[in-house]
Amino acid sequence: MRLGVLFSGGKDSCFACYRAMKKEKVVCLISLISENEESYMFHTPNISLTDVQAEAMDLPIITHETEGEKETELKDLREAIMTAKRRYRIDGIVTGAIDSVYQSSRIQRICNDLDLWCFNPLWQIDQLKLLRELISEGFRVIITGVFAYPFNEKWLGRDIDKKTVKELEDLRIKYRISPSGEGGEIETFVYDAPIFKRRIEITKAKRIYSRYSGIYKIEGVRYVEK
Amino acid sequence: MILIIDMCYKRESLSKNEFVDPVVDIVSCKKSYIVKHFLELKEEDIFRAEKIILCGTALKDNEFMNHIEKFYWIRDTEKYILGICAGMEVISLVFGGKLRKETEIGMREINVRIDDPLFEGRKNFSAYELHNYSVDKLDQFLILAESENSIQAIRHREKKIYGLMFHPEVRNKKIISTFVDL
Repeated sequence: MRLGVLFSGGKDSCFACYRAMKKEKVVCLISLISENEESYMFHTPNISLTDVQAEAMDLPIITHETEGEKETELKDLREAIMTAKRRYRIDGIVTGAIDSVYQSSRIQRICNDLDLWCFNPLWQIDQLKLLRELISEGFRVIITGVFAYPFNEKWLGRDIDKKTVKELEDLRIKYRISPSGEGGEIETFVYDAPIFKRRIEITKAKRIYSRYSGIYKIEGVRYVEK
Repeated sequence: MILIIDMCYKRESLSKNEFVDPVVDIVSCKKSYIVKHFLELKEEDIFRAEKIILCGTALKDNEFMNHIEKFYWIRDTEKYILGICAGMEVISLVFGGKLRKETEIGMREINVRIDDPLFEGRKNFSAYELHNYSVDKLDQFLILAESENSIQAIRHREKKIYGLMFHPEVRNKKIISTFVDL
């Protein structure tokens, strides 16, 4: 089966892509660039770097801009998927949805209308299990956005390693924070993974932070051979 | 031991993560289990199982309908069976029922018509739907619950066989735990 992956550059869509590649043929990535920082459907920090990640993975990418308003972004998503179907003859879509029925059911409807398969290989996965699997499988991920109490500025740009996972686990118990950020509490950027042919090195970045909300804006990158 | 049957289009498919693993996660907290794809199912697997769960499939995945003879054992067993979505469609088909086109995607309100231990006294609840077909009324089965558009839960009048059209592994995990404890 030829598949297109809805790709935000974060850990979930990247890991979903990894799982999809083990079973089927991934032929392209699809990214929606939302102008709305509080996009209902699509993760936004550093989304413009998805083409850098696609190149690191040696995969073509379809990027489609959207104003990010609640329902028009669905129309834009549909158009992006139609482009992938036409250009790369995809049979289906892969998403990194874990628990959001809002996000998942909308993508399911689009796929059903376009006669495409829809795969959600992380659906209902235990979020700590996902984080541990990411680390053990060799994914290198940093936190690029925090959007909830009690995340302070120090979390921005931090690697997700065993120590980070332990702290996220503690936050789940104490503050009911979703450890993998499914509730939108954190956003991430993958700079290396088993499916990357080249690693991405961040050469310049800045933290923009105010009152438990901030982003780690990546401003410079280069490829490093593996 | 609980037998969990993978109903997806092929063995070890990409859909297994989505439709089988969430059921495994719930069952594994309670009992030992084995997972078998419907095409590799053996008589001894059914014989050894205490209860059996038939999982769902992706919206476009109707491959199981091309192998309906692989499920005729459902008519003869006296064991507890829970069919989820595709699993319920199979249960209906082996008992002579018919399917009709009915697409429901997303959260829907489920109204309980006949109380059953699976629902723990609830009269209505929200559930996640993902199907292109629904089942028609079957004489051998009681209709336990319905949504606005389709039959959502059935129980065989004499056997210990249940069918659920919604996906209890999403938002209604307790129903699967309760089934395992029946």
